[in-house]
Amino acid sequence: MLVNNGLVYLIALPLFGAAVLLLAGRRADRWGHLLATAFSGMSFVLGAVQFYQMLGRSPENRSVSQKLFNWISVGSFNVDAGLLVDQLSICFVLLITGVGTLIHIYSIAYMDHDKDRRRFFAYLNFFIAAMLLLVMGDSYLNLYVGWEGVGLASYLLIGFWNQKPAYATASKKAFIANRVGDMGLSFAIMIAFATMGTVSFSGVKEAAEGTSQGALTAIGIMLLLAATGKSAQFPLQAWLGDAMAGPTPVSALIHAATMVTAGVYLITRSNFIFDAAPTAQLLVVIIGAITLLFGAIIGTAKDDIKKALAASTMSQIGYMVLATGLGPVGYAFAIMHLLTHGFFKAGMFLGAGSVMHGTGDEVNMRKFGGIRHFMPVTFATFGLGYLAILGVPPFAGFYSKDKIIETAFYSGGIKGIIIGSVALFGAALTAFYMSRLMILTFAGTPRYDINHPPHESSFLMLLPMGILAIGSVTSGFLLARGDALVHWLSPLFEAHEGHGEEILPPVVISLMALGVVILGAAFAWFKYGRNPVSDTAPTEVSVFTRIARRDLLQDDFNESVFMRPGQALTRLLVKTDEVVVDGTVRGVASATLESGAALRSTQTGFVRSYAALIVIGAIALIAAIWAVTL
Amino acid sequence: MSEFISPVLSYSLLSPILVVFAGAIVGVLIEAFASKSIRPIAQISVAIGTLVLSLVQVWRIRNSGSTTAAMGSVIIDGPGVLLQASILIIAILAVFLIADTENFAAAAAAIPGSPEERESIARGQQVTEVFPLTLFAVAGMLLFPVASDLITLFVALEVLSLPLYLMAGLSRRRRLLSQESALKYFLLGAFSSAFFLFGAAYLYGYSGSVSFDGIRNAVIGGTGNDVFLLIGIAFLSIGLLFKVGAVPFHAWSPDVYQGAPTPVTAFMAAATKVAAFGAMLRIYYTSFANAEWSWRPLLVGIAIITMVFGSLVAIAQRDVKRMLAYSSIAHAGFLLTGVIALNKAGLDASIYYLFAYGVATVGAFAVVTLVRDSAGEVTDLNRWAGLGKRSPWVATSFATFLLAFAGIPLTSGFIGKFSIFSAAYESGSTAVVIAGVLSSAIAAFFYIRVIVLMFFSDPLEDATSVVIPSALTRITVLFSVAITIFLGVFPSPLLDFISNIAIFIR
Repeated sequence: MLVNNGLVYLIALPLFGAAVLLLAGRRADRWGHLLATAFSGMSFVLGAVQFYQMLGRSPENRSVSQKLFNWISVGSFNVDAGLLVDQLSICFVLLITGVGTLIHIYSIAYMDHDKDRRRFFAYLNFFIAAMLLLVMGDSYLNLYVGWEGVGLASYLLIGFWNQKPAYATASKKAFIANRVGDMGLSFAIMIAFATMGTVSFSGVKEAAEGTSQGALTAIGIMLLLAATGKSAQFPLQAWLGDAMAGPTPVSALIHAATMVTAGVYLITRSNFIFDAAPTAQLLVVIIGAITLLFGAIIGTAKDDIKKALAASTMSQIGYMVLATGLGPVGYAFAIMHLLTHGFFKAGMFLGAGSVMHGTGDEVNMRKFGGIRHFMPVTFATFGLGYLAILGVPPFAGFYSKDKIIETAFYSGGIKGIIIGSVALFGAALTAFYMSRLMILTFAGTPRYDINHPPHESSFLMLLPMGILAIGSVTSGFLLARGDALVHWLSPLFEAHEGHGEEILPPVVISLMALGVVILGAAFAWFKYGRNPVSDTAPTEVSVFTRIARRDLLQDDFNESVFMRPGQALTRLLVKTDEVVVDGTVRGVASATLESGAALRSTQTGFVRSYAALIVIGAIALIAAIWAVTL
Repeated sequence: MSEFISPVLSYSLLSPILVVFAGAIVGVLIEAFASKSIRPIAQISVAIGTLVLSLVQVWRIRNSGSTTAAMGSVIIDGPGVLLQASILIIAILAVFLIADTENFAAAAAAIPGSPEERESIARGQQVTEVFPLTLFAVAGMLLFPVASDLITLFVALEVLSLPLYLMAGLSRRRRLLSQESALKYFLLGAFSSAFFLFGAAYLYGYSGSVSFDGIRNAVIGGTGNDVFLLIGIAFLSIGLLFKVGAVPFHAWSPDVYQGAPTPVTAFMAAATKVAAFGAMLRIYYTSFANAEWSWRPLLVGIAIITMVFGSLVAIAQRDVKRMLAYSSIAHAGFLLTGVIALNKAGLDASIYYLFAYGVATVGAFAVVTLVRDSAGEVTDLNRWAGLGKRSPWVATSFATFLLAFAGIPLTSGFIGKFSIFSAAYESGSTAVVIAGVLSSAIAAFFYIRVIVLMFFSDPLEDATSVVIPSALTRITVLFSVAITIFLGVFPSPLLDFISNIAIFIR
């Protein structure tokens, strides 16, 4: 494999930027954002150079690696801190640094009035570095470092406006869901190490063949758990909607285009494990299918423009996860959808940010209406993203989503028909909620104070939106033309075995997809386009709508199944420790001031009960040792 | 009449311990004869000088390893040298904190609230006897992990414990709480020592020997009465598990951690753990290694209970020192997995973990000493809200230590946890590893919650503030942060070093 000792600069530049901005303090307030943008841009240029050089080499020789240093060596356990850029990671590198730089530019204007703009940019740069490490690490352990790093950046940015308590709660929720996922990743790494003795991608790939089915399935399921946490998939999806509390550029970059797709990267990167563990792979498909419907249904009921988009992200990532579960044929389409989604969803988020910016931080779509007259550029760029996500030809989503639906149908037998239909139904729902969002926001009559009309955003914000809109139009065609992406990625996966039996010709599936999209959009128009929309959400609604508005009861479920029992357990343990054994020490502290005599009596009580505990422990120990040795 | 054989002591091998004892005695003499004005500076210089000299001696004997000294009652081998070095480094950092006498009672013998106390405060008295006490404790700790028979082990245990009982009662503020914790610690410590001795007696009854080597041979020979062996192992374990604070012998630690002056807590939490686990590793890896069928299931159970209990109860704590106490209980559980592993990787990982954890602990308590209001340290977590906005550097340091405790990558804690768990996994103790990973996930929750509180909550409008750290405290915090991050990013040199010299001689 080729060695290139320059790879580290891709990560080092934005990391250095973050350090400078944080260390320089207020001195950097005037130029910090420009520096951060420049570092991100330089990373993109380095990435593009790598990509160009890769194009010039034959497919087998495209990977480059760099060994940084010997990170851990304990006994037989050796991990190098090393970087690897191959056909898969370069896609992510370009997406992360490209979209990242655009969002840096957008944020210069968007965060203009914020007194902590410098800190914001420091976190953004830190995020870019961590995300690059995630996709460039050459082992699961290096990936894990980046994985935790992007998590940290995500909490910092969700909680960036921490004046409001709800936002702090949101970052806590994100933290817990991610913690559960991270646990999955650490289990996967440990099982891999214990059974294969290595954690590098190449090592695990080689060792996977000789490893038992059970171990591979366990690793696969744990990796899937990790992916569900980071990518907001069922059952760890609850945090994404709340994460919208962060500034909108963050939602666009982290919670739409890059970080939340890390789960898709993880599964695709671990293709050698999932291909050898059919049970885990089937589970991937199921999780993806559930989430794509779950997100889409929530999306239909949300009035908050950002939460509707978040639900949509969840659903679209569901498509990607579904595709990765379809084996070698699916990976390339998952990545294709990931890239096109990166363009159109980031573009729409930035559009939503622009709308919010123009309307004084309003997010309730029922308070919008007719905004296209006041913000024509935002409307145009958003509209192109809208057409792309619907999958209208020839926009980007058409190429990627159609392929996923097609592959789902062709995955064979009854399973193919079920998941194909789910994917198709998801497309109809997508068309419905996105059309609803468009109509409520941009069409119809204004439902705000007409004397203070919204204003179009500044050039710095419109430029990234424009560029992303171009991507929303062209990226699908460019990636799909002559199966460019499929061929590009094919050396990484097992031989492309073609897809299963074609139960329907591809053209028919495309037409069906287009048909349901038109149906969904038309239904939205009948419901919201023809009649005036109320500026408050109707309360006389069916129970289904109510459940959908409550995010399909995800929080209620988590609270009653995990949180309350957990709290009860903690309280019980604390009670045992503090009342039965420990005594109320805080009471003692206050009693100190009151009476020495009372204190003395409690004091002896404590020591006695502590000593009793030791005796009980000793007896238990003797009893246990007896039991063990009998 | 038999000829008197003069004992061969091998002074050079014992020199690290002897130097510290000598320093402690010099400290006592200073306390007795030097004038009050020069006592503080003299004591600090003697204490630090002694510890540094001892560390130099440890460095010099590092390769003479695997020899016995003092007629076979002390073994100097790789693990012993490493543990001694860890204890000394931690002790130096802790002495820097202790040097800030603001934390200590002006006259420890005066009754709280009495006229004598007021008078001594008015005269600006300072407690300086804490320095020789610290040195005595350090000397005991240095002897503890290298002792190679039960008698020496017991003497070392008492030498390290008795000064600690006193030091726990020296707090300047909330003196009753402090004295109460000291008394508790003393009574329970004495109680557990009795168990320890009882166990030692049974082991002697089993093997006819008090040396580790003799017990080992008896276990291998398998000729003794197994009941004696089992009772001996169980009771000896109780004494050791008490010192490391494992459940159900943990009850003292939250009270004592909270009541003791914070610099003393730092010293106690970090250094005692290294010494006690050091002794534990030696006994279980050598004497009891061949009886692992009897004690391993027990330690697995205790380790699991300890980890889970410590992590869960820590969630509910509102006091930063109590939270760190429960966190240290959880860490005792993680460290027990290293004892359970019973392989070379487990030994290396444990030594690494002990050092990394000890340094981070001293650093964390050092930060606690800095957050104060007019009445002394503020340990109520709610009042730490918004610390990140007022004192970003202090809060960032504390966050670094918490991340290390949580085992987040790029900190020393991650490498420690990873290596200790994979060692246990290699040895086939899957259950304990699963419990370990689960409880570290739970534990991460409350560590991060404190970080969120410091950085994302608005400061309360009260007088909580961060005092400007003294130069010595600053060194401690900075050094601990540097080590914590360095060991997370470049752990290999230390891991290699440990793995090359950490071999128990039997």
